[in-house]
Amino acid sequence: MKFGVVRFPGSCDEVDALMACRRFADADLLWHGDRDLSGVDAVVVPGGFSYGDYLRVGAIARFSPLMESVIEFARAGGPVLGICNGFQVLCEAGLLPGALLPNDSLRFVCRQVEVIVENPGTPFTRGCEAGDTLSIPVKHTTGCYYAPPGALPDEQVVLRYAPGHNPNGSMDDVAGVCNVGGNVMGLMPHPEHAVDPLTGSADGGRLFESLAMVPA
Amino acid sequence: MLIRPKAGILDPQGQAVERALPALGFEGVANVHVGRLIELDVEDASQVPQMCERLLANPLIEEYEVVELEDAA
Repeated sequence: MKFGVVRFPGSCDEVDALMACRRFADADLLWHGDRDLSGVDAVVVPGGFSYGDYLRVGAIARFSPLMESVIEFARAGGPVLGICNGFQVLCEAGLLPGALLPNDSLRFVCRQVEVIVENPGTPFTRGCEAGDTLSIPVKHTTGCYYAPPGALPDEQVVLRYAPGHNPNGSMDDVAGVCNVGGNVMGLMPHPEHAVDPLTGSADGGRLFESLAMVPA
Repeated sequence: MLIRPKAGILDPQGQAVERALPALGFEGVANVHVGRLIELDVEDASQVPQMCERLLANPLIEEYEVVELEDAA
């Protein structure tokens, strides 16, 4: 099992994501200008400010050579996890429903939040049970999830902010969503920053651990 | 291209501006929305809607309007 973690110009969480993946499997960085996914079994699109987030968050990264390959990989059923800016990129790429809007507060938020596992049936959450609460930090300015009416069936809501923990005004407290096939997931919280009890929580590791598990 | 949030989409920038104007004494202001303006020279203007659909706007959350100017330079 090998993870590939994408590095765009302007990524900033790719090394944390790489180290998080390496707790559970092999992992290497993938360069945005390459087209070759180097035979990885899962792709992580990390947080940061890809291509400066010019125009709209994630709008330009979505057209990078590597993303063309990631889109093909995802359409063929390969697991792809987008975190924060990576979530925005996957929405822009049309791999996930909806879009991320500026936080309702118009402020950058950086805090620990609790999220509830709504769908444990994805490759990213199969190590969890429905209703499990995970403590994971968020840090973003553009994290208010929105999907047009009917575009997000309940089973595609993977994570929801616990009551009182919605940091950005996201519709229905949605914190993480998946595609119809369940093989592409995006979330605003940063599981890669919550993999060691030393930093307050290791709950984020459960997503990487789930992904690294051999499917039953 | 004039790009603005679609009707009904949360527009906290517009709301913040709408609250700030009365504080300066400008009364009777409503429905403030903040978007962006993209200017460009293009040889074939028929390409512009596609540019908006694919890159310049996100049609899920934004609407766009193309304004053609003669001699915009």
